[in-house]
Amino acid sequence: MAMAENRHWRTERDADGIAWLHFDMADTSTNVLSVETIAEFDAQLRDIESNPPEGLVILSDKASGFIAGADIKGFTSMESAEQAAEFMRGMHTILNRLESFSFPTVSLISGFCLGGGLELALATRYRIADEDPKTRLGLPEVRLGIHPGFGGTVRAPRLVGAPTAMDMMLSGRTLSARAAKKVGLIDHAVPERQLLRAAKMMIAEAPAAHRPGRLARLSNHSLVRPLLAKYLKRTVAKKANPGHYPAPYAMIDLWCRHFDNPNKMYVEEARSVAALVVGDAAQNLIRVFFLQEEMKALGRKNRFHAERVHVVGAGVMGGDIAAWCALRGLQVTLQDQSPERIAPAMKRAHALFKKKLRQPRLVQAAMDRLMPDVKGLGVERADVIIEAIFENTEAKQNLYRALEPRMKPTALLTTNTSSIPLEVLSEALEEPKRLVGLHFFNPVARMQLVEIVKGKQTSQSIANQAAAFARQIDRLPLPVKSSPGFLVNRILMPYLLEAVVLESEGVRPELIDKAATDFGMPMGPIELADTVGLDICLAVAETLAESLEVEVPAKLRSMVSAGDLGRKSGKGFYSYSKGKPEKAKTEGASMAADLTDRMMFRMLNEAMACLRERVVDSDDLLDAGVIFGTGFAPFRGGPMHYIHTSGHQSMKDKIDQLSAQYGNRFKPDAAWDRL
Amino acid sequence: MATRKKKKAGGAVYIVDGSRTPFLKVTGTPGPFLASDLAVAASRPLLARQPFEISALDEVIVGCVMPTPDEVNIARIIALRLGCDQHLPAWTVQRNCASGLQALDCAYQNIKDGRSDLVLAGGAESMSHAPVLLNDKMVGWLGEWTGAKKLAQKIKTLGKLRGVHLKPIIGLLRGLSDPVIGLSMGQTAENLAYRFGISREAMDAFAVDSHKRLAAAQEGGYFNDEIEALYDSRGKSYQQDNGVRADSSVEKLAKLRPVFDRKFGKVTAGNSAQITDGAAMLLLASEYAVEKYGLKVMGRIIDSEWAGLDPAQMGLGPAHAMAPILKRQKMAVSDIDYWEINEAFATQVLACVEAWQDAEYCKNELGLKEPPGKIDHTRLNIDGGGVSLGHPVGASGARIVLHLLNILERNDAQHGMASLCIGGGQGGAMLVTREKG
Repeated sequence: MAMAENRHWRTERDADGIAWLHFDMADTSTNVLSVETIAEFDAQLRDIESNPPEGLVILSDKASGFIAGADIKGFTSMESAEQAAEFMRGMHTILNRLESFSFPTVSLISGFCLGGGLELALATRYRIADEDPKTRLGLPEVRLGIHPGFGGTVRAPRLVGAPTAMDMMLSGRTLSARAAKKVGLIDHAVPERQLLRAAKMMIAEAPAAHRPGRLARLSNHSLVRPLLAKYLKRTVAKKANPGHYPAPYAMIDLWCRHFDNPNKMYVEEARSVAALVVGDAAQNLIRVFFLQEEMKALGRKNRFHAERVHVVGAGVMGGDIAAWCALRGLQVTLQDQSPERIAPAMKRAHALFKKKLRQPRLVQAAMDRLMPDVKGLGVERADVIIEAIFENTEAKQNLYRALEPRMKPTALLTTNTSSIPLEVLSEALEEPKRLVGLHFFNPVARMQLVEIVKGKQTSQSIANQAAAFARQIDRLPLPVKSSPGFLVNRILMPYLLEAVVLESEGVRPELIDKAATDFGMPMGPIELADTVGLDICLAVAETLAESLEVEVPAKLRSMVSAGDLGRKSGKGFYSYSKGKPEKAKTEGASMAADLTDRMMFRMLNEAMACLRERVVDSDDLLDAGVIFGTGFAPFRGGPMHYIHTSGHQSMKDKIDQLSAQYGNRFKPDAAWDRL
Repeated sequence: MATRKKKKAGGAVYIVDGSRTPFLKVTGTPGPFLASDLAVAASRPLLARQPFEISALDEVIVGCVMPTPDEVNIARIIALRLGCDQHLPAWTVQRNCASGLQALDCAYQNIKDGRSDLVLAGGAESMSHAPVLLNDKMVGWLGEWTGAKKLAQKIKTLGKLRGVHLKPIIGLLRGLSDPVIGLSMGQTAENLAYRFGISREAMDAFAVDSHKRLAAAQEGGYFNDEIEALYDSRGKSYQQDNGVRADSSVEKLAKLRPVFDRKFGKVTAGNSAQITDGAAMLLLASEYAVEKYGLKVMGRIIDSEWAGLDPAQMGLGPAHAMAPILKRQKMAVSDIDYWEINEAFATQVLACVEAWQDAEYCKNELGLKEPPGKIDHTRLNIDGGGVSLGHPVGASGARIVLHLLNILERNDAQHGMASLCIGGGQGGAMLVTREKG
């Protein structure tokens, strides 16, 4: 390609003869590797090479980071696997040239350095990163159903050894600069004030490039690889079904077969990624990625920004919400009736901070942001008040009456109720329009989704503020209508209840759960019910039963009245020892052909009903909510997407059949005919 | 900060609010809280209930005797942990057992001088975290070890290590001893018992009273507005001073052995202050700040005094510090409604009471023509003291002033005197009133 105008890249030569190649992608705040930016990068490198400098430093001018990765939209919408492979082969050539430069080359990393961005950095001789927590390095491609395609599968194991490299690429997790330095992924982690100096000194001193330790080198040996590959596959299989998620297995095979021949491995890497990217799993995971972006965008409709949060109710939900807010940097007051009620929440908060923040000084700072507040001193200064007390209309209304006159006029009043209509709760308020639902899921620290519940009385601007707040604490807002069960519980409940019915019919719980996990659910419905607590399931089911014509299985009632509440009581559908269910082996046991369908179609049918009632605004948001709220098989792209890709008519036929066989609870919702 | 270009000097100085933690008895192992944790826990709710923003503060002053090595200038650490602005100055004061009172006195002086309008001041001590140090021999050995570069040298250095190197220095014990005169604080208390002929029975009876009074005060809910609960990271909350023994009796205390002058002494663990962790934090304000923010006032500081005396008689410090205040304010003992004299030792408080009735002592040691007279036991430490609820050295001074103001309000009384004896031979005192200035 001819030398294009320098829209994205810029080279400067300093007095020492060092070339500084700045990446500053036009018209965006984040650098990504697209067809265009790669072409220009290529041209810049050729130009630099034609007049060799003392050294080359590649750096970003963006505040957000170095390079966030490849341009996902452009890459995943390529017409064919051949085109995708060709694109990657092109990048291989460029990076191989960069790697072979005779002068020292440095990647200077500050902020995000992910996917293709890290692969580019792996092609320079040295890497220096800012030790600030904002720096994250990783190869998260696997989360999109693919694997690194710009030579990362070759260079990462070579640089740090297979165990570290494979762990990074298979889990997709990112590393801090310090952790990256520790494993040898980068040469130095330095404070911002030393970044430029470190780059210049590396070029002046030109030490030998990093080599992994003996053990790490051994891990790549042709005799070791098959053994290690077998072990890796076994480990991965615990988390990802090969039928559902082919990418990690493809990656292990690629390394195992071709590591000794880099040139071949580059070719095979491109071929493998190209084959994966056009596959269903990757396409659906990529869709989920964009759904997530869509939810994030919903939080940008309003510029609401909170500094102080007051949470009333220090139970499991309230306490954990308060801790999460403090973790995300907010000043939090946590109110309950007595210190004894708040103390367990402080313990859980401390455990959370320790796990997430690690450094004692950061843990202390987070604890200092979380103030137990029996007297409710935090109300007056709070920007957001989250009510998370027990589900009782009168108690909640009394609380609102006491809170409203003390609140700042601009403060958000939110409730974590999962069953009481906002229209009813807000009757206690002078200004009913200010009440909005913030429905978190348990465990708060792991469930990304928050349902933003808009009652009929809730103003749109308040709902938008609540969504912005959800984003501020790094949760995904899903706007839903205030109707029984909102979206997630409503869709989940018929599925759970069908599982209970199956169990009462004599199907072993292990088989029921296996059917669900084989489908791609993260946990089977029986174990899920036990985990949530059968009393809670029953309460939710009964609330929903009234309005949704769901029948509550008798078995559930009898178990709750017998005190078998699930994991917390040590016995539910399973018996628990040390918090783990005792499951019998399922191998060899036969499964009824319609087992999975019975559970899934109850869920799909309810999803149809939700769409018809406009509980959420679109198919996409429904899919997003169900995936992030229930863990619904992400590689299937969500319930609606699953119906569409499986063929609407054949799915309709199936539910008709189930309805004929099992009766009313499978009666197809009217929306099946309309869509 | 309360923005005034030039602040007015000479106005009244008010104490507007205060909070403290429960005082937690040290059990021999490091407690759940550092001194800064305690001060933060006391201060957060205190600041949260104020009508002004935290940015209105002019400075933070904290008394602390033995912070951990990570808490140097602990006041600044506390201020930053509370979320105070980085521009807010904070400083730590140390006058042994009266460090908390010293912090209040510094705040009082700065407000009086017009340098500050709003000050967060108090004291904090985690005696259970008092440092345990390496002795000089060990430090010397470590230096040699670090200097040894070669393996042979290392082995040789290792061979020099002896048991004596490992003998630690217990910071707490050293802190409670006077290095100049070579006596422990308990031994100075024995001196007072000897000088004023205070019997073991009298001390023990005083100690029993202290416990009964504290138990009654807890029962009466007299600390409800004063104490803020503590929460540890293991899911436990602490809401009351836990050193109290409601069932304490002279008979039980009589069984304890003397610990400082072993065998023949009278001072026991039972009639001495308990070793505890705790913090007390107060808000002091100028007249200007009180008006500007419409603050409710607990009381006003009238006067303060510091005095020095024979280190071997350090327990008489209050007698020396309180006398000049009465003289200056032209007040008699009967003009003071309630007294808080910190109970470092039962015998030491009793000795102070004796000294003020001893004409010879008053003439020779205090330069008074007439002894001030007897302090009524029913107006002295009426809700217990160091013997029953403990004496976290840096915090006690702030605690007794805070509690004195609560006693005055509860009894609708006007004048109160708070005083402490100070290791090394000093006394500190502060006179407060609920009357408007």
